[in-house]
Amino acid sequence: MSHTYLRGGLAVAAFTLALNAAAAAPVAETAKVTIGNFTFGPAALVVRPGTTVTWLNGDDIPHTVVAADKKAFRSKVLDSGDSFSFTFAQPGTYPYFCSIHPHMTGKVVVKAS
Amino acid sequence: MGEQTSRRRFLECMGWAGTGLVWTVSGGATGAAVLGAAEAAPRGKAVVTPFSFVQVSDSHIGFAKDPNPDARATFREAVAKIKAMPDKPAFILHTGDVSQLSKPAEFDDADQILKQAGVPVFHVPGEHDMLDEGQGKAFLDRYGKGTLGDGWRSFDHNGVHFVGLVNVKDLKAGGMGHLGEAQLAWLKKDLAGLAASTPLVVYTHIPLWTIYADWGWGTDDSAQALGLMKRFGSVTVLNGHIHQIIQKTEGNITFQTARSTAFPQPGPGQGPAPGPLKVPAGRLRDVLGIRSLTVQPGAHPLALADNSLA
Repeated sequence: MSHTYLRGGLAVAAFTLALNAAAAAPVAETAKVTIGNFTFGPAALVVRPGTTVTWLNGDDIPHTVVAADKKAFRSKVLDSGDSFSFTFAQPGTYPYFCSIHPHMTGKVVVKAS
Repeated sequence: MGEQTSRRRFLECMGWAGTGLVWTVSGGATGAAVLGAAEAAPRGKAVVTPFSFVQVSDSHIGFAKDPNPDARATFREAVAKIKAMPDKPAFILHTGDVSQLSKPAEFDDADQILKQAGVPVFHVPGEHDMLDEGQGKAFLDRYGKGTLGDGWRSFDHNGVHFVGLVNVKDLKAGGMGHLGEAQLAWLKKDLAGLAASTPLVVYTHIPLWTIYADWGWGTDDSAQALGLMKRFGSVTVLNGHIHQIIQKTEGNITFQTARSTAFPQPGPGQGPAPGPLKVPAGRLRDVLGIRSLTVQPGAHPLALADNSLA
């Protein structure tokens, strides 16, 4: 019986440890870019590594979010009200644009603060 | 000849009024601008015989927001106007943005409506037609028969040489429309054998002259293309993209941007962004339209009529 109890107690302890570990880890950060009047706002966004950036198309015309190098990230077409998210793991500067309206440009700067 | 030359007059921009540029055609056909009649050429010496054709643009099938809740309905009206023309056009040029989001159903509906006109249609894509997973593959699969590269082509009709150019493929951050080296090389070859007296009609989506760079209303490498066309006596460049009539003449080249059949856009720089221009429902059809062009031997610029859907 005690053996069983002990095992149960260990399991509880392990679970508590796991909870504590989750609470201690940095909370995943998020940031938002709104598309309106054919512009990205803010046009330049500075975030920490691991941040998930979400672009929301608030315009009445479709747009896209495509890395300038066309490799790092590329959204599908975003109709009005659609959004796209990408998590920036690595530090660096990521210029991007709307591939439908290429005069629309922005950048995400990822750096450990 | 001197009298003819002195009578030569060009289209003149008359100024802004409301949502679009108001302009008039003065002089019309001149008969003075066909040059190089004595040149020998391996091809392209075909005799020009009269015909007409139609340009439609920016049907944006699938668009259903202010100021147009149903772009299919206005496209149907546009095609009905073509069908009702007393002289049946030889064909239709659709200068891009057939669809709003490159969805199969949008292309399907556009095709069903266009079919009612009963004449062949030649397409070049707009940027809205490049939004499928394959970034233009759906458009090319559907309309690319007989084209080269990303969908460019040329053909001759009654002595006129038509060139369809694609300037919406692989656009670059911060740039405007783009033709690309491969297409320019093809264009050079395509035009090389033509007599300078051959009338050229070039059709594409984004303007080949820079109307407003801040909104991307131009084509980065168009100078190279236009350079190849300078020697021709009559060049007509037709495009869409900006959903309004604006016209410009440079030497023997006339640039003509066309209305949309779906919604108007603001004049260059008029307002914060080039989004759909909101107009009262009762005025929408005044600012949508189709264009018919008539070819006559020795006439430049081509006789052109922009007809609204009102």
